[in-house]
Amino acid sequence: MSNLTRRSPRIDATPWLEALPAMTRLSFRGGPDASAAAARGFGVALPTAACRANAVGPRAALWMGPDEHLLLAPLTDSAALRVALAEALGQTPHSIVDIGHRQVAFLVKGPQAEWLLGTGCPLDLDLGAFPVGMCTRTVYMKSEIYLWRTAADVFHLETWRSFTPYVVDMLIDAAQELVA
Amino acid sequence: MKARTTTGGRVDRSKKIQFTFDGRSYEGLAGDTLASALLANGVHLIGRSFKYHRPRGILGSGSEEPNALVTVTRDAARRTPNLRATQVEIYEGMTAESQNRWPSLEFDVGAINNLLSPMLPAGFYNKTFMWPRSWWFKVYEPKIRAAAGLGVAPTLPDPDRYAQQYVHCEVLVVGAGPAGLAAAAAAAQSGARVILCDEQAEMGGSLLSERSATIEGLPAMDWVAQTLASLRANPRVRVLARTTAFGYFPHNHVGLSERLTEHLATTPANLPRERLWQVRASEVVLATGGIERPLIFPGNDIPGVMLAAAARTYANRYGVRVGERIAVLAGSDAAFEAAVDLSATGATVAVIADVRPVGSIDGPGYAAAKSARLRILPNATALGVTGKLRVEGLQLGLIGADGQVVAGNTIACDTIVMSGGYTPSVHLHSQSRGKLSYDETLGAFLPAATVERTRSAGFSRGVSGLAAALNDGATAGAAAAAAAGLHTTAAPLSASSLDAGLAGQPGALPQLAGLIPPKKAFVDFQNDVTTRDIALAQREGFESIEHIKRYTTTGMATDQGKTSGLNALGIVAATSNRRLAEVGLTTYRMPYTPVTFGAFAGAARGEQFDPVRRTPSHDWAVARGGVFEDVGNWKRTRYFPIGSEDMDAAVHRECLGVRNSVGMFDASTLGKIEVVGKDAAEFLNRFYVNNWTSLGVNRSRYGILCRDDGFVYDDGVIVRLADDRFHVTTTTGGAARVFGMMEDYIQTEWQDLSVWITSTTEQWAVVAVQGPKAREVLAKVVTNVDLSAAALPHMGVAHGQIGGIPVILMRVSFTGELGFEINVPAEYGTDLWEAIYAAGQEFAITPYGTEAMHVLRAEKGYIIVGQDTDGTLTPDDAGVAWAIGKTKRDFVGKRGMERPALKAANRKQLVGLLTADPAVVLEEGAQVVLEPNRPIPFAMIGHVTSSYFSATLGRSIAMAVVEGGRSKMDQTLHVAMPGGDIPVKVVSTVFYDPQGARLNV
Repeated sequence: MSNLTRRSPRIDATPWLEALPAMTRLSFRGGPDASAAAARGFGVALPTAACRANAVGPRAALWMGPDEHLLLAPLTDSAALRVALAEALGQTPHSIVDIGHRQVAFLVKGPQAEWLLGTGCPLDLDLGAFPVGMCTRTVYMKSEIYLWRTAADVFHLETWRSFTPYVVDMLIDAAQELVA
Repeated sequence: MKARTTTGGRVDRSKKIQFTFDGRSYEGLAGDTLASALLANGVHLIGRSFKYHRPRGILGSGSEEPNALVTVTRDAARRTPNLRATQVEIYEGMTAESQNRWPSLEFDVGAINNLLSPMLPAGFYNKTFMWPRSWWFKVYEPKIRAAAGLGVAPTLPDPDRYAQQYVHCEVLVVGAGPAGLAAAAAAAQSGARVILCDEQAEMGGSLLSERSATIEGLPAMDWVAQTLASLRANPRVRVLARTTAFGYFPHNHVGLSERLTEHLATTPANLPRERLWQVRASEVVLATGGIERPLIFPGNDIPGVMLAAAARTYANRYGVRVGERIAVLAGSDAAFEAAVDLSATGATVAVIADVRPVGSIDGPGYAAAKSARLRILPNATALGVTGKLRVEGLQLGLIGADGQVVAGNTIACDTIVMSGGYTPSVHLHSQSRGKLSYDETLGAFLPAATVERTRSAGFSRGVSGLAAALNDGATAGAAAAAAAGLHTTAAPLSASSLDAGLAGQPGALPQLAGLIPPKKAFVDFQNDVTTRDIALAQREGFESIEHIKRYTTTGMATDQGKTSGLNALGIVAATSNRRLAEVGLTTYRMPYTPVTFGAFAGAARGEQFDPVRRTPSHDWAVARGGVFEDVGNWKRTRYFPIGSEDMDAAVHRECLGVRNSVGMFDASTLGKIEVVGKDAAEFLNRFYVNNWTSLGVNRSRYGILCRDDGFVYDDGVIVRLADDRFHVTTTTGGAARVFGMMEDYIQTEWQDLSVWITSTTEQWAVVAVQGPKAREVLAKVVTNVDLSAAALPHMGVAHGQIGGIPVILMRVSFTGELGFEINVPAEYGTDLWEAIYAAGQEFAITPYGTEAMHVLRAEKGYIIVGQDTDGTLTPDDAGVAWAIGKTKRDFVGKRGMERPALKAANRKQLVGLLTADPAVVLEEGAQVVLEPNRPIPFAMIGHVTSSYFSATLGRSIAMAVVEGGRSKMDQTLHVAMPGGDIPVKVVSTVFYDPQGARLNV
C-alpha cells in the first residue's frame, strides 16, 4: 500500500492554500490532572485557556473544549508519543483516540487569508478578535472545520476527510477574485 | 440627446454610450442611469402599469421608483427583469426593454383593462372569480397572473458567480449622504472598523443633486471626494458603493447586497456578479435620508408627471432637462427649490401652483422662487392632467375663500413636477424592531425607541438642513464608536445650502378629500391602487390599515410602498376622521429593494449545494459505471451494473454472487464512535438496551439503542477493543445524532462516569467481505491472524495486517453469510478496496451495492432502523427484544417501554409476508388489511416496510408491521393496492437459513 504522502492537486493549485503532510493527530480527553500529566509526556503544555493553542517545534496542543485537546505531532513521532503519553498518564483517567486519518490539514495563507476564510466562516477573524495562537471548531460554509491561526496571515485548517473536497473547492471558488 | 443641458452635472460629456431601449438606439453619457439617458433623449414613456396597463413614465430618480421597471438583457441567460431604470447604470451596448405591454409600449392591447376598470376594483378577484370554485386555480388565477405582470425571468441557468462574505465591524454606516459620510468619518477617527455602504453608484446622497452647497468652505462634492479619499485610505474602513443594506436582522446582523459587475459592458471573469455581505456590527448608524412623496390628483401617473426632487436630480446631477415647459405642484417648500433649478436648465416654469393653504407657504425655497421671479399661484390645486402618452396640460383648480374649488385654466405643459414633502426612510430602523412616532410638523413618522444597538442620523430622523444633518451624522458616528468602546469626538462641520423645507401633509390633496375624483388618482403606482380603491375598502368595512393594505394591495408591490405608504395612511386618516398617528403603520419588511436569488444562494449550487461525502471506493465505482444513491450527504454505490444490466438484473447477480461465492461492499459510511474510560462498559450498559459488562475483549455484539420513550432509535455492532475501550458503530444516517445523544447523557445525566467519546467515523475505512469464500479471500491478504472458525468465531475480532497496514478484522455479517468487516485507517481505504478486489478474483468476487445489501439482509430478517422502524416501534415490536439485557437495573428506554400501551398485545409487530403469487413484489408503504371486499371505511392494520425480489429464493419477500402480527402467523392478509388486493401470508421475518448454518462456519 502507498505511504501517507498523497497531496491534493486541487489544494496545491492555488497560492492561497498549502497542503500539509499526514501527521499524528490524537484527540485527548481528560480533566486538569490528566492534561498536566499529558503535557509531561507530550512536551507541550496543554492550554487551559479556551480556544488557545501551544506549539513547541513541530508539536502543538490545541484547546478544543474544557476536557478536550487536539494533539498534533509529526507522523514519525506516533509510536514513541503513544508510549510517552501512556507512561506520563499512568492510571490518571483519560481518553486518547487516534484521529490521524479522520482529518485532513492544510494552510490558508497570505495577506488575503482572513478575507478568504470570511467567505464562509462567520467568525470575526480580525487579529484583534482572533489573534495568533487562537484555535476553535467552527464552520466554513456547510462544513465543520478546525481553525488555528499560526501567524498573522496563516491559518491551519482541518476538516473531516470526506468534507475536504467540499471545503477546498469552495475556497478555490471564492479565491477566483484573488488572481495575482 | 436633445434634452441634455450644455454644461453641468456629474456625467462625463466626453464619454458617449450607445444603448437600445425597446429596439431603438439611443446615446447617453458615462454616469447616466437608464432613466436619465432616456430622459435626455426626450423619452418619458417607459412602461405599462401592473393592472390597468396604463402608460407610465419615470416618477423618481432612485430606488423609490415604482413605474419605470425594465428588463436588461446581456444574453439569453442574463436577462434581468423588474430593474428600476433609475438605478440601472448604462453601459456600451446595453439592451433594455419595457415590460407588461403587447404588442408595443405605445399600443398595448392590455390597456383594455383601463376601460374595464369599473369591473376591477380593489379585491375584484375575491368577488368576481369565486364561481365555480375549481376555476380559481385552473383558469382565473393563471389568467390574472398572466395579464397582470412584471417582467419575465430567464429560463436558462444563471451562468454567473455570486459571492458571499461575512464581515465584522464596530460601526456600520448605512447611507453615504452628508450625515452618513460625516458619521463614517467621525467613527473612523476612533480607530474603529467602519463599513460605509450606499446603494448608489456614486456616494454623496443628496449632495449629488446640489448645485451650490458648500461644506467646510469647499464645494460640497469636493468635500465628499476628500472625505471618501481619507476613508478609503484607512485600512480599518471599507467603503461599499452599489451596495444596498436590504435587511436588518437580530443582534445587529445586517444584510448588504453589492452589485459588482451589473454596470460593466464586459464583466471580468474572476469577479462575482453580486456579493452578499453578512455584517455583524457592534453599532449601526442609519443615515438613509428620505424619499419625496407624490401628490395625489387625477392623472398623476401620466408620463411626464414626476417628483420634484427627481426632476432636480436629473437637472443638477445628470444635466438633463426633464421638460421644456414645466408646471410645478408644490405641497412643500422643496418644490420651489426644484422650480428654481429647473428654470436654470433653460426650461420654462409655466406655473408653481401651491396646494397648501395660504399662510403656510414660506421657506427658503419659496423665497428663492420669488426672487427668480417665477410665477407662483397660491390657493391652487390639480383637477386633472391632459395627455395620454405624455403630459399635455395641467388642469388647475382654484380654491376660494370658502374652501370651494372652482375649475381654473389648463396650463399647457409637457412635464409636471410635484412635491408632497419628504418621508424619512425609517425602513431599517423599523426592521430592527425600533419604534416610530408621528411628527405632526414634518408630516411623517420618525424613529423613536430602538431595540438593537442602532441610531438614526440626518434626515432619516427628521434633521433637515445641510449643516444640521452633517453635524447630526458626525455626532452619531462618534457616539457609535464610543458605544463600541472607542474614543473620538466629532468636530463641528460648517456648511451652506439653500435648505428648503421638507415638510408636507401626506394624503390626497385636501381639496379633493371626500370628493372621489371621476378619474384615477394613483396612490400606489406599482400596484395600481387609486384613492377610490382605498375609499372602497373603507366603505366595505376594512378599518385596520393592515386589512386595507391587503385588500387594496397598496404598499405590497416590489417597491414596498416607498412613495405610497404615508399617502395611503393620510387618505385613510382623512376619510375615517382619525389622526394619522392613530391609523398606525404597517410593518416594514426586508428586503428594502429586491435581492436576487443568486445573492442568497452564493456558491451553494449544483455539485456544491451541499457537501458531497465520498467513500474510498468512490472513484473505483465511478470508473466501473456504478450507480449511486444519496444517504445523508454520502454518495453510496447502489449497484454495479455490468454491460446493459438494469438495477434488477445487477442486484440479482450481486446477491447470487455473495451467496454462492463472495462479495465485497464499502461499509465506510457507518457511523463510528470510540468510547473510552474506566466506566466505558457501564456507560454503554446504561445507554444501549444490551448487556455490555459481560462482553469480552475482542468480541462484538449487536446493540440496540432506544430513546427514553422506549422506541428504537439506532442500532449497530459494538466491539470491545480493551477493558476500557469500545468501538461503537451506528447507522450511516444516525452517526451525528447518536454522538450528540451520548454527549448529552454524559454531560447532563451521568457525570459520575469516567468516560469520553470521540467520533471515528472518518478515521476508518471499512470493506465488508461476505460469502462462503470470504475466509479464503482474506487468507490471501491478511497476515498475523488465525482466521479459523475456532480462533475467530462469529462476532470475534482480530488485529492483523494487510500489506503492512494495521487492520482490525471484525467477523460480522449483515448478509447471513460467513463475513468479515475489515477496518483500516481511512487513508488506506482505496488501497484496501483494490487489494481485496485483486485477492478475490480467483473467487469471482462480486462488488455489491446498497440495494443488494438491502435484499441480502431482508432475506435474513435483519432490520434497518428507519426503514423497518419509524420511531414508534419498541425492540419487541421490531422482533429484537432478545437484545435487551434482562438483568439490568436500568437503561435508556427501559421505563418508557414498560408503559402499558407499549406492552399491549395488539401493537404493530414486524413480520414477514409472502405473496400468493411469488412473482408479485409488494410496494413498500402499501397498507395491510384484514379482509377483502370490505365496506368503506375500513381499518388498516399495518404497512409494508421492506419488499424485494429475492434471487436466492426465486420469489418475492417482504417485511411489514402488522397489528398483533406475531399472533397472525400463517394467516392470509391483504395488501390494498389501486389495482386490487394482493393476498399475502404472514410468516417469520427470516426467509433464508433460519438456523444460521451459513453464518457459523
